[in-house]
Amino acid sequence: MIRVVLPHHLRTLAQVSKEVHLQVEGPTTLGSVLDTLEAQYPMLRGTIRDHLTQQRRPFIRFFACGQDLSHQPSDALLPDAVAMGTEPFRIVGAMAGG
Amino acid sequence: MNGVRVLVGTRKGAFVLTSDAKRERWDISGPHFAGWEIYHLNGSPAAPNRLYASQSTGWFGQLIQRSDDGGKTWEPVGNKFAYDGTPGTHQWYDGTQHPWEFKRVWRLEPSLTDPDTVYAGVEDAALFRSTDGGQTWQELPGLRAAKGHLWQPGAGGMCLHTIVLDPSDPKRIFAAISAAGAFRTDDGGQTWRPINHGLKSPYELPDASAEVGHCVHNIAMHPSRPGVLFMQKHWDVMRTDDAGESWHEVSGNLPSDFGFPIAVHAHEPNTIYVVPIKSDSEHYPPEGKLRVYRSRTGGDEWEALTKGLPQSDCYVNVLRSALAVDSLDSCGVYFGTTGGQVYASADSGDSWRPIVRDLPAVLSVEVQTLP
Repeated sequence: MIRVVLPHHLRTLAQVSKEVHLQVEGPTTLGSVLDTLEAQYPMLRGTIRDHLTQQRRPFIRFFACGQDLSHQPSDALLPDAVAMGTEPFRIVGAMAGG
Repeated sequence: MNGVRVLVGTRKGAFVLTSDAKRERWDISGPHFAGWEIYHLNGSPAAPNRLYASQSTGWFGQLIQRSDDGGKTWEPVGNKFAYDGTPGTHQWYDGTQHPWEFKRVWRLEPSLTDPDTVYAGVEDAALFRSTDGGQTWQELPGLRAAKGHLWQPGAGGMCLHTIVLDPSDPKRIFAAISAAGAFRTDDGGQTWRPINHGLKSPYELPDASAEVGHCVHNIAMHPSRPGVLFMQKHWDVMRTDDAGESWHEVSGNLPSDFGFPIAVHAHEPNTIYVVPIKSDSEHYPPEGKLRVYRSRTGGDEWEALTKGLPQSDCYVNVLRSALAVDSLDSCGVYFGTTGGQVYASADSGDSWRPIVRDLPAVLSVEVQTLP
């Protein structure tokens, strides 16, 4: 089971509480987690990754286990602690504003 | 009992204001989509409880929300806006060509007859249509074929912000883009052509009378007279009597002919409203006096409407989609400001009262007259 923490506005959109739990088929990669998340919550499509390019939106960050995974390729394996569900995969709205 | 529902889009959410036909006491609901920019929300003329809302932020991009109960509850529908084919390029600020990139939806215009058909005007400028209640969107690419390579973004981006549907001819649609100009289709959106003859932009364009490139801010039509259009351009208030074949200026005695919105009285096709703004570099009312100007002569002769509006130290703006009318008798007129006030007049503009004073900056105001 993969634990995913969404930012406030996306929790509201998906109508979920703080953590989302996913069963990911195959290797636990950045791409497979996001694919599974969007399949389970289709209203999130386009809000984390661009619809067409599938690239991370500029003000979105991916954190886990104290690391910034935002710039990892989509086929990069996530840390074992995320794959085993002991640590969450965090989707974060980047600091921006003033 | 009939009444009105005012749909307000702001920088930080949507608000729905409702009243009976007296328009004295208002119920305020919201914020809906709190924290998101709501560029526009609009109701279906064919099914007034069907509403569409454009919801976006820089973080999470574009969403479209739909309501079937007049804004009490909402559900997200399709948010995939893919340009048709290879998008091509348009003029960029530095004179080079720049690829089309979708940014947001500025305008949602439901069909006059079918609640599931709705048009979306987007940035970078293009027109999309959904025929399944917003679940899927298809571009009408013939619009960008109308010299799209010469269009260029204004300060607010290159946005299609105005969609006017002709009630007498379902195949005729008018659209306006900053900074490209006005366009018309007569075949339901397949082919388009610029309709900018008569517009003059000597401060903005090297060729003041160019076929495209004008910064049109808003266009309004009275449904009983679809060949007559009124336009608030960057500078100049304009009028056409032949569906855009030619335009002439009707700014007359306005204190400034710069502004953003324009609207037509619901029962008097020759009565129009604008909100003069000092200049393109000073986006606030002249002399700090918030004045709506009304012409009962289809332009040229204007009177200031000030009763109930602040007449000193007022430095708000009224954006292009933030002025609307109801169709009660007498006609109600409504506008929202960047200072968060929504003002209403239940007597065609003779006097005004704020419905609400402290919303986030108002981006759009639409009014539904309910049966």
